[in-house]
Amino acid sequence: MQTSTFILVLIGLAVLAYQLGRKRSLAVAGGPKGARNLHSLPSYYGLLTAIWCAVPAFAVLAIWHAFDTQIITGAVLQHMPAEVRALPEDKLGLVLNDVRNVVAGNVPMATAEPSVQAAAREWLRLESLSRLAAGGLALAVALAGAFLVWRRIQPQLRARNSVERVVEAVLIACSLIAILTTIGIVLSVLYEALMFFRVVPVTEFIFGTQWSPQMAIRADQVGSSGAFGAVPLFAGTLLISLIAMLIAVPVGLFSAIYLAEYANRRFRAVTKPFLEVLAGIPTVVYGFFAALTVGPLLRGVGESLGIEVASESALAAGLVMGIMIIPFVSSLADDMITAVPQSLRDGAYALGATRSETIRNVVLPAALPGIVGGVLLAVSRAIGETMIVVMAAGLAANLTANPLEAVTTVTVQIVTLLVGDQEFNSPKTLAAFALGLVLFVSTLVLNVIAQHIVRKYREQYE
Amino acid sequence: MSDPTPTAAMIDPQAQAARGRATREKVAASLKRRYRAERRFQAYGMLAVSLGILFVFFLFYSIVSKGYTAFQQTYVKLDVTYSAEDIDPAGRRLPADLEQGNYQAVVRAAMRAKFPEVEGRATLRKLYGMVSDAAYLELRDRVIANPALVGTSETVWVLADDHVDMVVKGQIDRDVPADQRQIDDEELGWLKKLEEDGRIDKRFNRGFFTGGDSREPEQAGVLGAVMGSFFVLVVTLLLSFPIGVAAAVYLEEFAPKNRLTDLIEVNINNLAAVPSIVFGLLGLAVFIQLFGLPRSAPLVGGLVLTLMTLPTIIIASRAALKSVPPSIREAALGMGASQVQTVLHHVLPLAMPGMLTGAIIGMARALGESAPLLMIGMVAFIVDVPQGFTDPATVLPVQVFLWADSPERAFVERTSGAIMVLLCFLLVMNATAVWLRSRFERRW
Repeated sequence: MQTSTFILVLIGLAVLAYQLGRKRSLAVAGGPKGARNLHSLPSYYGLLTAIWCAVPAFAVLAIWHAFDTQIITGAVLQHMPAEVRALPEDKLGLVLNDVRNVVAGNVPMATAEPSVQAAAREWLRLESLSRLAAGGLALAVALAGAFLVWRRIQPQLRARNSVERVVEAVLIACSLIAILTTIGIVLSVLYEALMFFRVVPVTEFIFGTQWSPQMAIRADQVGSSGAFGAVPLFAGTLLISLIAMLIAVPVGLFSAIYLAEYANRRFRAVTKPFLEVLAGIPTVVYGFFAALTVGPLLRGVGESLGIEVASESALAAGLVMGIMIIPFVSSLADDMITAVPQSLRDGAYALGATRSETIRNVVLPAALPGIVGGVLLAVSRAIGETMIVVMAAGLAANLTANPLEAVTTVTVQIVTLLVGDQEFNSPKTLAAFALGLVLFVSTLVLNVIAQHIVRKYREQYE
Repeated sequence: MSDPTPTAAMIDPQAQAARGRATREKVAASLKRRYRAERRFQAYGMLAVSLGILFVFFLFYSIVSKGYTAFQQTYVKLDVTYSAEDIDPAGRRLPADLEQGNYQAVVRAAMRAKFPEVEGRATLRKLYGMVSDAAYLELRDRVIANPALVGTSETVWVLADDHVDMVVKGQIDRDVPADQRQIDDEELGWLKKLEEDGRIDKRFNRGFFTGGDSREPEQAGVLGAVMGSFFVLVVTLLLSFPIGVAAAVYLEEFAPKNRLTDLIEVNINNLAAVPSIVFGLLGLAVFIQLFGLPRSAPLVGGLVLTLMTLPTIIIASRAALKSVPPSIREAALGMGASQVQTVLHHVLPLAMPGMLTGAIIGMARALGESAPLLMIGMVAFIVDVPQGFTDPATVLPVQVFLWADSPERAFVERTSGAIMVLLCFLLVMNATAVWLRSRFERRW
């Protein structure tokens, strides 16, 4: 039986259990008129029965599925000829892969080697056996669970409370997924990064100024020594982020000031959505725009001025990234400016200050912590931005502060190292995880600081 | 005035007046400057706003002006003869035989008949190259659909090759020197002759919406990517919406104020700001390496995007729950409902429009996301349109990324065209969210 049809059967059983539980509760209460004797509404008795029917059965299925491939693999290995079993680990993996391919139907049975054919047949036999066993077990658990609850149904049974406890448990489990995600990120990135640091020392990674992530396939190869000094990447990331901030902060801040302090309601209502459109455009579109419009444009301007501009210059990527971040800065700054109490402004006006003086000397200083927090958040966005730099910034790890040259960034390197078929556990792949760790930690620190500042600021005026 | 110690100025009203005058003069003198500064400051603000709007227009202009041509494609009219010896040498007219027929020869014969003066292998190959490879497939499909065509002649419109298409659309300038364009004088001559005969036409590019990816620009379509995006979004929505709503309900309605819930809150806020590529690393390490799920599958893409959009949905759902007034809860509890009943029967339905709006916005973000999907191998070149959740697939933004990387000139307009399709979807989603909000928003 297919797993999907089996799941449908289980769901059908649960529906049946609901009906039976509901009927039983009414029966023990003495018909529809006796329903008032029940502790809970009849549907809760039905729900309780259905839960006890479906949940344990699904749990059994899930656990079985988590382990059955390993067990089958082991069993199939036992059946293979001794010389195959004596193979070293990696060769054995290849043979097993062949078997899996035959089993999955990617390779026709007839074309495989005899030993692989035999193993594949054994595999298929065990698989159907395992499916049958799992199905039978889950079915038994489902029936047993439903029956046990069904027998316990009495007017005194606190069915609603039990059902609600289950509901609450589900809610808690869902909210724990956020924590699990964080733990997953930290563990996966940290684990691979530590494997990387076993090959390349941390100090070389953080302080080295040479980045050429090649690893020799053979030891005697030309250019076999890879260099994993990430300073050029950090410098490139910072350079592009700096350019982006130089665009986004003034434009974003001034448009927020204008919209919050000067613009009338109609102008605001028309303009704000326009700026927010910039926030809704996918980053890959910005990347395309940077690579095919802004890059050549800058190059052309540079040529006419007699300056050489790389076609993948940091300037093009930074400029476009700045455009992307404008709405982010402006909406945060807008929030912060409107949160400044009107009384501060009124005080300044009463002293004879003009509007701009009030804004510069009263409103902005009051809103400054919040704005700084917003800018920090924007910086972390810029550092973690991927598609624009992948498409518009270069791959060459130049250590330079010249925005007209090509630089590369942390995110670009992660993408280039991991896209395409690579074996896990080569230093090249692991380096990407080390870079991911740096990225995660730095953006995390920025976010925590920024959110702390913003929260403190909000509390100040509440 | 109630100052008990009188100052010199108060004693001498004249001196006081003089000082007042001096201050007024000072202020009046500086007023001009201050008003100028005021106007300047306001102008900066106006400039910033207009700059932002200008960027929006420039961006859209550059994409639309590059991409609108992608919705048309150049076709060539050919007089083809389905000669039986090329297509069905066995003469049995079986579909299996017809499928094996040499349709290339049919197209080539038609081209040669049109230009009998062309000779030489290389030149001939160039001539044949004016028509897309898709022409053979098109003829094959026609013959299989109607085997009676074998042995007859007909006039068909077939796809032109991408460099012909580029010339016809004016993207390759005919007047620049031959060494600077990708099409030589001979080919231009043929093209001119075809145009004079009325054998070249631009038509609506149906293949762009019904085809999968291809190495040949004229055959490449977005349907594969659209379906990939669809499957990914279905997985994302089915997982992230229930989980997000459940988490929000717990945190907002049930959670006691303690260290654990504080931790969860801080966590969610931080996850919302984690770079998306880090989620890709997580997906690669956990879903693919640890769990052994297939690479390039929409299922894995959906899982990764679920983790990415969960914080957005949780935050939006919490805001929606917060906006439901406590009186509703109190009324339900007062009528004897349990807490779970209160939330499920009364609070949740009232908060649902807000939650749906948040979900749509989260989905729009997921639709535009590409970086984490690069990590889990959804960048493969996939011709077939995916049919399910585990077929290898790519998504629209990644398709844009792939095409933007292709060297052929004709892919530039395809890329812009795909971007326009993507932006259309995003527009529809955001418009739905806005509509939902305005339709169901309730002021309490």
